[in-house]
Amino acid sequence: MFLDTTGAIIAATIIAATPLLLAAIGELVTEKSGVLNLGVEGMMLVGAVAGFAVDSAGGGAFGGLIAAMLAGAAMAALFGFLTLFLLTNQVATGLALTMFGTGLSALAGQGFVGTTVPRLGKIDIPLLSQIPLLGPAFFSHDALVYGSVLITAAVWYFLYRTRGGLILRAMGESADVAHAIGYPVIGIRFAAVLFGGAMAGLGGAYLSLAYTPLWAENMTAGRGWVALALVVFATWRPWRAMLGAYIFGGVTIAQLHVQGMGVSIPPQLLSMLPYAATIVVLVIISRDATRVKLNAPAALGKPFLPTA
Amino acid sequence: MSKSILSRVLGTAAAVALGLAAAGAHADGKVKAGFIYVGPHNDGGYSQQHDMGRLEAQKNLGDKVETSYVESVPEGADAERVIRQMAASGANIIFTTSFGFMDATIKVAKQFPKVKFEHATGYKTADNVGIYNARFYEGRAVIGTMAGRLTKTNKIGYVASFPIPEVIQGINSATLAARAVNPNVTMSVVWVNSWYDPGKEAAAAQALMDQGVDVIMQHTDSPAPLQAAAQRGFWGFGQSGDMHQYAPDAQATGIVDHWGDYYTQRIQAVIDGTWKPDNTWGGFAANMVNLATFSDKLPADVKAEALKVEDDIKTGKRHPFQGPIKKQDGSEVIPAGKTLSDDELSGMNYYVEGVIGTIPN
Amino acid sequence: MSHKKVPLLRLEPRAETARVMVYAAPLIAVVLTLIGGSVLFALMGFAPHVALYNFFIAPISDTYGLSELAVKATPLVLIAIGLSLGFRANVWNIGAEGQLTIGALFGGMVALALNDLTGWYILPLEIIAGVLAGMAWAAIPAFLRTRFNTNEILVSLMLTYIAQLLLNLLVHGVLRDPAALGFPQSKAFSDSTLLPTILDGTRVTSSTIITLLIVGIAWVVVAKSFVGFQIRVAGLAPAAARYAGFRQPRLVWMTLLAGGGLAGLAGIFEVAGPIGQLQPTISPGYGFTAIIVAFLGRLHPLGILLAGLLVALSYLGGEAVQINMGMPLAVTGVFQGMLLFFLLACDVLVSYRIRWRGTGQGAVTGARAAKG
Repeated sequence: MFLDTTGAIIAATIIAATPLLLAAIGELVTEKSGVLNLGVEGMMLVGAVAGFAVDSAGGGAFGGLIAAMLAGAAMAALFGFLTLFLLTNQVATGLALTMFGTGLSALAGQGFVGTTVPRLGKIDIPLLSQIPLLGPAFFSHDALVYGSVLITAAVWYFLYRTRGGLILRAMGESADVAHAIGYPVIGIRFAAVLFGGAMAGLGGAYLSLAYTPLWAENMTAGRGWVALALVVFATWRPWRAMLGAYIFGGVTIAQLHVQGMGVSIPPQLLSMLPYAATIVVLVIISRDATRVKLNAPAALGKPFLPTA
Repeated sequence: MSKSILSRVLGTAAAVALGLAAAGAHADGKVKAGFIYVGPHNDGGYSQQHDMGRLEAQKNLGDKVETSYVESVPEGADAERVIRQMAASGANIIFTTSFGFMDATIKVAKQFPKVKFEHATGYKTADNVGIYNARFYEGRAVIGTMAGRLTKTNKIGYVASFPIPEVIQGINSATLAARAVNPNVTMSVVWVNSWYDPGKEAAAAQALMDQGVDVIMQHTDSPAPLQAAAQRGFWGFGQSGDMHQYAPDAQATGIVDHWGDYYTQRIQAVIDGTWKPDNTWGGFAANMVNLATFSDKLPADVKAEALKVEDDIKTGKRHPFQGPIKKQDGSEVIPAGKTLSDDELSGMNYYVEGVIGTIPN
Repeated sequence: MSHKKVPLLRLEPRAETARVMVYAAPLIAVVLTLIGGSVLFALMGFAPHVALYNFFIAPISDTYGLSELAVKATPLVLIAIGLSLGFRANVWNIGAEGQLTIGALFGGMVALALNDLTGWYILPLEIIAGVLAGMAWAAIPAFLRTRFNTNEILVSLMLTYIAQLLLNLLVHGVLRDPAALGFPQSKAFSDSTLLPTILDGTRVTSSTIITLLIVGIAWVVVAKSFVGFQIRVAGLAPAAARYAGFRQPRLVWMTLLAGGGLAGLAGIFEVAGPIGQLQPTISPGYGFTAIIVAFLGRLHPLGILLAGLLVALSYLGGEAVQINMGMPLAVTGVFQGMLLFFLLACDVLVSYRIRWRGTGQGAVTGARAAKG
C-alpha cells in the first residue's frame, strides 16, 4: 500500500509537471537567444484548442499534437515579427499576446465545449513498468511524458554540446557581437521564438488531450506564468527546469494528499506551498551570484537592430 | 439594410446618450431581460447552465422577450458598472447570477427603481431585488445514497471549491445519505481553492483515489474529476451540467442546475406586471435541481433507489437533513424527528459525522 | 510565414526621435485598428461601424460613462506609473497584482478595525497602511535580489499567488462578516472609512485626483531630478551607471518600493472606493494590464495617462458590445490584442524610418542583410 501510494504520488507529480516542463523548456530556448516572450499562457491556450480541434475532427492524437505545435509556433511568429522585425517592446508584446491568445482560443473553441476526445494512451515500457514503485512511477506514462524528458535532454545537448547551441547562446549574450561575427541574429532568434511557441503549444495540448481531455476557456489556469517563472528558477539550464517543474508539481500533489488525509491546515496555506517552495529554492540556488550571471542571457529582452 | 443599421446606431446612441432608464414597456412591446455571468457563457459548468436557462426562457416566451448577457464579469468594481450599463440599456429585469454580485446589484437597484433585479445565491433583498437559489443539497442526498451503495472501499472522495455554506451543505448531505445506507462510509474532502481549474481538479481526484477512494464527487465545475474517476474505472458524479458525454459509463449520474423554468416564470411576471421581489430556494420539486443521465452500467437496484430518494424528497416524504444528525465530535445537531430549518442550513459551518478533516477557517 | 533572405522592409534608426511621429504613431495605430477591427467584426457577422461605435464612443457618450472611464483607468495609471520607474532601470517587477492585493488587504484591515469610529484621520491611516503593505510586499523581491541575487521576476510573480491566497484565507476566516451567512466577505466599510465621491451620482473619488497628482510628480521626477537621471542611466547602460557610482542596490530598492507602494495605493483605493469591503476578488488583473499600459505609454507619465485611458476604454467598450450587440467576450479579447499590437508596432516609427527594399539607402544594406 505504501509503495503503491508513493508510486502514484510520483506518477501524478510527473503528469502535473509535464505541461509546465514543455512550456518552460521552449521558453528557455527563446530566452537563451535573448528574447523574452511573456505570452506563454496565450500560446499554451491556442495550442490547447488547436490540438483538441484537430483531434476531435478526426486528426488523431498525433495530428492534434502537431497542430498544437504549429498553432503555438504561429502565435510565436506573430510575436517574433513584432519584436524582432518591428522592434516592439518584448514585455508588452508578450503580455498582449496572452490577451490575444486568450480571446482567440475562446473564439476558436466555442464549438468544442462539452465534448471530449480519447485520452492520450499510456505506454507501459516493457519489463521496467513491472518494477514495484519505480514501474508505475516512471515507466507507465503517455508518450508526451517520455517526450518531455527527451526534449529536455535534446535541448541540453543542443545548447551545450553543439555549435548551433553555442551560436544561439551567443545571441543571448550579445547580439551585436554575434552580428559582427556574421551570424544572422534575427533569423536565429526568430527560430528560437518559434521553438518556444511550438513547445508552449505542445504543453497546452498536453492539458487538453492528455491531462484532462476537454476544451474549456482559460483551461491553462495560469500554468503559462508558472512555466515562465520556472525558466528563471532554472537559471536558464534545461535539467534545472525539469527539476523545478517536478518540485512545483510534487508540492502541488503532496498538498492535495495532505488534505485528503484530513490534516487540518487551511487549504489556502497548503496551496501557497508550491509558490513559496519555488522562491525558497531559487534563493538558495542564486546565492552564488557568479554562476547565475554565467547562465543568465545578458541580452535578454534587449532589442536588436542590425547596423552596418 | 443600411437604413436599419443606421437606425440601430442612432437608436443605441440615443439610448446610451440619454441613459435611458427602462420604464416598463418598450416601443416594440418586448420585455428585455439581461443576464450577468461570472464565467464564460459556455464554460461547460455554472455559467453555461444559467445561459441555457436564458435560452430556455427565450424559447418559451418567444417574441415577448429579448435577452442579452455579459459574460466573465469580475466580482469586483466592474460588476456595478456592468449591471448599471445593462439597466441603462433598457433592460426590464436583470439576473445577476453569482454571489459576488450581491452588493453591486443592491446599489444599482437603488438607482433604477423601475428595473427588476434577481440575484442568485445571495441574501440581500430590496423592493425591486428578489433572490433565488437552488437546493443543490437535495441532489447530493441522491448521489450520496448511490455512492454509499457503489463504494467497495467504503471511502468516498469529494473535490471541493471553497468552504462556503452551499458547498458544506453538499458535503454533509452526501455523507448523511451515504452513511444511511452504508454506515461504514467515510468522506474525504480536498479543497482546490478554485471553481474551475481542470488540471488541479483532476490532480485532486487522483490524490483521493490514490488514498483508497473509489467514488468521486465534486463541487467544482469542470468534468476533470469525473474523467479522472473514469480513467480508473471508478464512479463519479457530474456537477452543474449533464457531463454524461464526458464519461458515459463512469458518470453514475450528476446534479444539473436547471434555471429555465424559473427564468421563464419571472420574466413572464414582468410581462404580466405581477413581478414582486421574492426569496426562492427551490429543489427537485421546483424543477431547479435535476439529475443527469444515468450510466448504463449502473446496477438497476442502485438506480431504482436513487429515483426513490429523488421522489421522496420531491414529495416531501424525506428531508436530506433529518435528525438525528451528529457533528464530527459526536455532539448532536438536531434530534430525531426534526429537520434543519432553512436558516440553520444557510449558515452551516460544521461537518457531520463521517467526514474526515476539519473545515478550513 | 515565409522568411525571405532579403528583407522586404528594414528599419533605419532616425538621428533623433521624430517629433511628428511621437503624436502621429498612435493615430496611425488607431486607424489600422479601425480597419483591422472592421474586418474582424465583419467576419464575425457584426456590422463594423456599429461595433466600433459601441466600442469607442457609446461607453463615454455621457457623464456617467466618462466617470466610469476614470474609475477604470485610475488603478491602471497608478500602477503603471510605479512600474515604469522600475522598467526604466531594468528592474522587472511583474507582481504588482500581488502588491495591489496586499495593499487592499492591509489597508482594508485598518479600515475594518476603525470601522465604528469617525474622524478625519481614519482615511489617511488606511491609505498609509495600504501603501506600506504594498511596499512591504515589494520589499521581499528587493531584499532577495540585493541580498541573495534572486531574480525579481520569479519572486514578484510567485508572491502574487501567495497574496491572493492570503486574502482568500482571511476573508474566508477571521475577516469574514459574521452576518454574511458564511459567505467570504468582510463587513461593509463605514462612511468614515470610504473615500467620498467627488461627483454626485458617479463612483469617482479623490483617488482619481491623487492619481493625476502622482502623474505630475512622476513627470518631474523622471524628467528633472537626479534620481530620474540615475534610473534612466541604470536602465540604458548599467555599466556606465556603476562607473558613475550609482548604487544599483539602492535603485532596485527605490524602484521596487515605489512600484509596490503605488500598487498598494491602487489596492486600498479600490476597496475603499468602488468595492467598499474586502472580498476574494479585488482586481480583475490590473497589476498585469498595467504592465502593458506602462509600455504603451512609452514609460512616460503623460503617455501612461493616455494609454491607461485607452486601455480602460477598450474594457468598457467590450462590455458595451456585449450588452448592445451580443458580441461574445472572446471577440473583444482578440480585438484588444489587435489594438495593442498595432499601438506597439507603430511606435517603431518614432525612432526608426521604414525603408522598403530597393528604395534609397535600403539597397546599400540589402547586400549585408543578404547574409541573414
